[in-house]
Amino acid sequence: MEKRLEINKLSFFRRKIVNAIMLTLSLLAAIITIIPLIFIFYYTISKGVSYLNLDFFLHMPKPVGEAGGGMANAIVGTLILIGIGGAIGIPVGILTGTYLSEFGNNKFGFMVRFLADVLSGIPSIVVGVVAYTMVVIPMRHFSALAGGIALAILMIPTITRTTEEMIRLVPQSYREAGLALGIQKWKTTVLIVLRTAWKGIATGILLGLSRAAGETAPLLFTALGNRFWSTNVFQPMASLTVYIYDYARAPFEDWNKQAWTAALVLIMIISIFSLIFRIITRSKYKV
Amino acid sequence: MEIKLVSNSKIENVTNTKAYKGLENRPGNKSLFEKIFGKSNIGDFIFEKLTLLFAVLVLLLVILMAYEMYTNSRLSIAKFGWNFLISSTWDPVTEVYGALPVIYGTVVSSLLALLIAVPLGLGVAIFLSEIAPGWLEKPLSFLTELLAGIPSIVYGLWGIFVLVPWLRDHIEPYLSDHFGNLPFFQGAPYGFGMLAAALILSIMVLPIISSISRDILRSVPFSLREAAYGIGSTKWEVIKLVLSNARSGLLGAIMLGLGRAIGETMAVTMVIGNRPIISKSLFAPSYTMASVLANEFTEATSDMYLSALIELALVLFIITIIINIFAQLLVWSMNRKWKKG
Repeated sequence: MEKRLEINKLSFFRRKIVNAIMLTLSLLAAIITIIPLIFIFYYTISKGVSYLNLDFFLHMPKPVGEAGGGMANAIVGTLILIGIGGAIGIPVGILTGTYLSEFGNNKFGFMVRFLADVLSGIPSIVVGVVAYTMVVIPMRHFSALAGGIALAILMIPTITRTTEEMIRLVPQSYREAGLALGIQKWKTTVLIVLRTAWKGIATGILLGLSRAAGETAPLLFTALGNRFWSTNVFQPMASLTVYIYDYARAPFEDWNKQAWTAALVLIMIISIFSLIFRIITRSKYKV
Repeated sequence: MEIKLVSNSKIENVTNTKAYKGLENRPGNKSLFEKIFGKSNIGDFIFEKLTLLFAVLVLLLVILMAYEMYTNSRLSIAKFGWNFLISSTWDPVTEVYGALPVIYGTVVSSLLALLIAVPLGLGVAIFLSEIAPGWLEKPLSFLTELLAGIPSIVYGLWGIFVLVPWLRDHIEPYLSDHFGNLPFFQGAPYGFGMLAAALILSIMVLPIISSISRDILRSVPFSLREAAYGIGSTKWEVIKLVLSNARSGLLGAIMLGLGRAIGETMAVTMVIGNRPIISKSLFAPSYTMASVLANEFTEATSDMYLSALIELALVLFIITIIINIFAQLLVWSMNRKWKKG
């Protein structure tokens, strides 16, 4: 009896030690995860800030060797590219999401839902290749349109799934109330259900847009890049991400520094997106 | 890439109920439209079909992608056949294309990344869902999600100018001094190479693994934990129980991370060194499928070259689709399990 108690005490002690070690390791993992985040932000801000001035937003890139210059064309290019992507991706995403939540409780809906999830895991460079074969080859030259289409394909799964989730959160009684008032079903869906879920849907759109803003791979051989001012969607167009890629690999220190600044501006654009959407969704549509 | 978990709440849609259907199918007073299409309202009919159209569009998109890549790579498929996958020569000059070295580079860099990211990611997930108090959990979740939101190109930039010099000057000389007789740490420390790629990939897939695993751990019912505490388990023993109940979902989370690592392009291209060779050494440069596409696609001058590159994209597409299908099935089944029970 005495002995058994002894063993129990020993094993209890061991269990407590294991417990403490494992919990510490878990805490350690959380700390280690945050370290790269701090490093990346620190370097992007400290290295990017040196070129961050008004010129960077208002001027065109200068030829090699000349100091200064900006990336006005790339900033506008990025905005146009996500604009095209959004113009295609947002309606497709919202309508598909609406279908999935309102009519999609069947095998077909299940399949689409599943494929949308799978689509979100397809590498963006593969989407770029598809946009190349679908748009660039028939048009015979690189164009912003091809880049925008690639970005749209990348946005669709995010927007679709968020829309569906958010519409599902709208209480069933809202729909019933609408129908009971004699409102047609489609009007109920658009004017009551979608409007109630608007805040969540906007978050999905924001997520899709900000991800598209950070994409490089699908633009490399669709929008290509352009050292000149261009707002023609049927011509190659500059984007911040492709500029970062080119400038980071260039052997000129001046360009490398500008790459950091471009990265900082990119992160700023993404943050501004998130801020704007938050303000809009907060003030106008309260659930 | 954020994967939303499916809500399986079976809300009965009122328009799907028998009563509503009965209303639609009432006898008499039917308009011509109603008689033809079985719907009482043109607006409803158009709206449903419109949304259906877009859902079909998403379905077709996946099929179209596969079809486009297949038709545009027929030239290379016809010439090389299965040799494309097992030959190790990638030579645009003599027009011989074998993808083995780049497939090797892709698989090895992704697996090495998982080797680092899985223990850390699971650790974070456990910390967030089981251990952290509320005030710590929210900002920490936010920070890991921020990590997932940083564009790939920014990781690459950081890799070139911070990670690679650091590896070259400190880590790689240290490893070759102390473990130099192992085949993994031989050769000149360039900085650029497999090690840099694996490290940067591990940072990038970590937030995916941790956030999906966290959601999965949370979906395990609390009664399970309470029961374990009730019989005197320590916290870690409770966590072990939760983990073992969530293993299929966690496996899905890891596979989603793997899928992401395999397809990751920019950051890897910028640090891996870009040479199609198979080497045991982690210091040696390597090449991945995605980075071949990023580097060589615009330089493809001949039809055969372009076709081989598109075939490479097709292979990448098929691999990631298979991985994602398995991963999603695992994650979905996990969610089902508790919702039904």
